[in-house]
Amino acid sequence: MNFDLPESTVAFRDEIRTLIAEHVTAATIADQHRTGTFTAPELLRALGTAGAIARVIPGIGSGDAIDLWLLCNELEIAAVPADDLGILMIVATIIAKIGNEHQRTAILPALLSGERRTCLGYSEADAGSDVAAITTRAVRTDGGWIINGAKMWTTMAHIADWVILLTRTDLDVAKHQGLTMFLVPMNTPGITVQPVHTMGTERTNATYYDDVHLGDECVLGEVNGGWAVMAIALAFERGVLGGTNPGVPLLREFHEWAEQSGAINDPRVREHMARIALDNELATLLTQRAAWIAASGGLPGTEGSMAKLFATEAYQKAAQWLQDDAAPHSLLHAHPADYHARHSPVTTIYGGTSEINRNNIALRHLKLPRAPR
Amino acid sequence: MVRAYASVVQNVGKFDLALSEGELAVEQLFRQFFEAESSIDVVRRSEPLGYDGPLWTQLCGIGAPAMGARSSIGTSAPSQASESATYGQLVVAAQALGRSLAPVPLIEHWVALFALGDRAPVALIAELIAELIDGARIATIALTPLDASGWWRFVPAGAVADVIVGHDANGGTLLVTGQAPHATAPNHACSPIADRDASDGTWVELDVAWSAVIARWNVLTAASLVGIAERSLELAVEYATTRHQFGVPIGSFQAVQHSLADLPGRIEGARLLTHKAASVSERGNGNQLARMAFLAASEAAAIVTDRALHVHGGYGYAEEGDLQLFYRRARGWPLVAGPIAVGYQTLADDIFGPSPQPRMVLA
Repeated sequence: MNFDLPESTVAFRDEIRTLIAEHVTAATIADQHRTGTFTAPELLRALGTAGAIARVIPGIGSGDAIDLWLLCNELEIAAVPADDLGILMIVATIIAKIGNEHQRTAILPALLSGERRTCLGYSEADAGSDVAAITTRAVRTDGGWIINGAKMWTTMAHIADWVILLTRTDLDVAKHQGLTMFLVPMNTPGITVQPVHTMGTERTNATYYDDVHLGDECVLGEVNGGWAVMAIALAFERGVLGGTNPGVPLLREFHEWAEQSGAINDPRVREHMARIALDNELATLLTQRAAWIAASGGLPGTEGSMAKLFATEAYQKAAQWLQDDAAPHSLLHAHPADYHARHSPVTTIYGGTSEINRNNIALRHLKLPRAPR
Repeated sequence: MVRAYASVVQNVGKFDLALSEGELAVEQLFRQFFEAESSIDVVRRSEPLGYDGPLWTQLCGIGAPAMGARSSIGTSAPSQASESATYGQLVVAAQALGRSLAPVPLIEHWVALFALGDRAPVALIAELIAELIDGARIATIALTPLDASGWWRFVPAGAVADVIVGHDANGGTLLVTGQAPHATAPNHACSPIADRDASDGTWVELDVAWSAVIARWNVLTAASLVGIAERSLELAVEYATTRHQFGVPIGSFQAVQHSLADLPGRIEGARLLTHKAASVSERGNGNQLARMAFLAASEAAAIVTDRALHVHGGYGYAEEGDLQLFYRRARGWPLVAGPIAVGYQTLADDIFGPSPQPRMVLA
């Protein structure tokens, strides 16, 4: 094994760090909690202009296995709000793999420029973990499609330019086989967005689709092949494109608090901090493995689940330690523990719950027999 | 702008999480060797001492002891195994040893050879090192300094090693050669641990820091624990797939599935960290990563064997079952170095600087 970063990657890391230093201020980071929109628009644009987004997308980028991990990791350890970047990288990866000519020429470059954003329209009020049970309908018409339905947890919809929309196109086949994904401009008539505010301070949305007319160019992947598109999306969302290193900024804040308060001398606090440092190292390695597989042309379906499961549960445990060790000061909004205690449980739910990831590992990696249903 | 996807694979940088060809070859050799020669019956036969002489002799036959020598030491060992090995190759071999619970002190022997190195200040040591390379004599290291009465306590493989390298409270290194007692106080993992008297020892100068010697034991022991964990999970999955209750395999129940699904990530994380510690140590100071790998693998092995044993129900804890053998070694092999909690305090010292207040005494 070789854990060295290639020289070109070290240069890339320095470039990202410079861009973060130039375009992200303490106010940018504080703003996310006030607005609920986890974005750093100036940095996103700067990364796009520098070619950094294009560089990491599997299939079109540098091909250096570690670049993809590096970009996500640098943003996370600097605590930069960049949920929009993670989402657009998922969509860009799907387009690069299976997008049509229109999507590759008109939409992909716009995403890579950092000027435009996307959101993910999979979940519905009654279809979360069982996402193949969605009921949003797409019906063929002359020269296109009409869509009706509603989606939940469409984070970034209020500032996104496109949504990838999972729809039901065939009612007569098994639920996984009758799905089609669309890539839909958010300014299409018939789409409305309503805010949903969360404990983790992030704003997400409910989105509604009423008689939305689309052309055939909006189909993403094959008609009735939506589940295959989901497989790509989920493999990249889980454990590859960020969300697995929040323990790094948490430990930095934990350490600062411990130094200032004198708790640094408490063996219990020291053990907690050492355990968090070790879990951060393990989360990094598991994420690097998933990213390495993805960048090498594979689909890290179960490896990403392992990374996400481990990292988010470790993060939740770390947040609990910080909140408990620093109590009662930790209860104040001004204390870093408050945000981590609000945000960490969210990470074990979105992008595939811990339970869904355990199912995935049990069935696809351990090959245990399927549960009777 | 859009390149063919296949071309990406060829462009992957030098960052590489696959085993090298040399590591794969050693992994295959040692897995096959231990699977053939260290069956679970050999493991049982070795209890309570935890050492199988014929297995050690066979290991000497394939040149395994020499692999731990530093590369510049000459050797006449027959070489199915290479004469000396890379750190990464020792890691995969130690992992294979753990998978089979092989009752031989190969890790301790390798670490002692590493400590002694290739500088032979006196003729006695040169002769001794030749015997260690052949495996004619077994060596080990003492993990903790001499106590007030001049003894090393709980020396791993101390019951079967003729040669012990260890240090005193002032950081001096002592070499003891003598007769292995071939007896151990009955213990949890049936490990050949023993207290050893250092009063006849010879002072020696090492050309590596003692912390690097301990780090190497941490890494290779971590690798063996990864092997224990990996094999225990395989056994649990096998059992959960074939054992039927309520008319279905118990592995189809989500309660069982989820208990096991937590484990591959723990094992894989510890495995990667063990390799990273070895890789970094080859070119610089990897002591902190070595400690991390040891802690991660110790906890992974403890959790995995606990859950694997539980899945086996009564057959997990019955002595006729195999899981209890894995469960006890997952605890006995690392805890000879002292409490895990002390390991975390030391890791905190590494990362955050020493605590200005005296550490809580746990050991």
